Amino acid sequence: MSDTQGTEVTGLLAPGTKAPEFRLQFAPHETFSLSELRGKAVILAFYPADWSPTCGDQIGLYNEVLPEFEKLGAELLGISVDGPWCHKAFAEARHLHFRLLADFEPKGAVAREYGVYRGADGISERALFVIDKEGIITWSYLSPIRVNPGADGILEALEKLPK
Amino acid sequence: MSVLKIPVSSEDHRQGADDAAVTLVEYGDFECPFCRMAYPVVKRIQKHFGEQLRFVFRYFPLREMHPNAQAAAETAEFAGAHGKFWEMHDLLFENQERLGGALFLELAGKLELSAPELTQALEDGHYNARVRADFSSGVRSGVNGTPTFFINGLRHDGPGEFPELLLVIDEAAERAHHSAAD
Repeated sequence: MSDTQGTEVTGLLAPGTKAPEFRLQFAPHETFSLSELRGKAVILAFYPADWSPTCGDQIGLYNEVLPEFEKLGAELLGISVDGPWCHKAFAEARHLHFRLLADFEPKGAVAREYGVYRGADGISERALFVIDKEGIITWSYLSPIRVNPGADGILEALEKLPK
Repeated sequence: MSVLKIPVSSEDHRQGADDAAVTLVEYGDFECPFCRMAYPVVKRIQKHFGEQLRFVFRYFPLREMHPNAQAAAETAEFAGAHGKFWEMHDLLFENQERLGGALFLELAGKLELSAPELTQALEDGHYNARVRADFSSGVRSGVNGTPTFFINGLRHDGPGEFPELLLVIDEAAERAHHSAAD
């Protein structure tokens, strides 16, 4: 994956920007906010929908790469407009070992803040952000929506973070 | 375009001459149905290109999705340690619908390898690190699913059917000949 492959979208928050704070449900009745991970690197993976085949591959891949993300001191968060019960079923079916956040109500509000909401389709783009431990975006990438962006770009971005 | 970050070396499982014009690398998972479909395609490709092509197989087991994939890869590695990697590679794909502990032992027997030794190696995770190293190299090279092919180091993003692979390998062979002639 290279930075030139994705589509340029004016709205995608660029490196250097402070990552907008959010508080979302990740499981029924359980919420989580980005600031809880301050002091730790965060990978924010926006994806269009639970269950759709490409996302399945991407999310499944990240699930396998999780130990490498952890080795680099980063925590992965998946985020889509699906509701918490949908996330729960999806995570159980795929044995996912990381949180899926529900950008569900108001729908896509967090995706909009990060500049990755597709209003016409009512889903978020397939977009990746690496956020450093001070809460600043250091890398962002917008993938063509049908293309699984892989994990190589994330790993490279994590390796560039100051130790 | 994604490129193969870890070059092919003597550590890899290779078929064909090391100075072949084209090297085809597959990152594959023995439990993946698409890899199973690609298996005869690769055989045809190898037959078609003969000495012009070197084929390399690297492990990319998706463990959470495919519960037997890691053990299957370790079984192939065990066979490889006894000089029978390709025989095991073929048998695992040909018997994909029966993948599991019983099959691994049966195939070891078929290849005249020690079943108790295989059991021990799987229990000890003796070949785990080698398989994970392949997986990790794949992730670094932008492997995003299986099978993923690299042709002379460049990821092949198109369909993995015979005509498409034939075409891109032909082109790669052509380029290799041109640059050799320069």
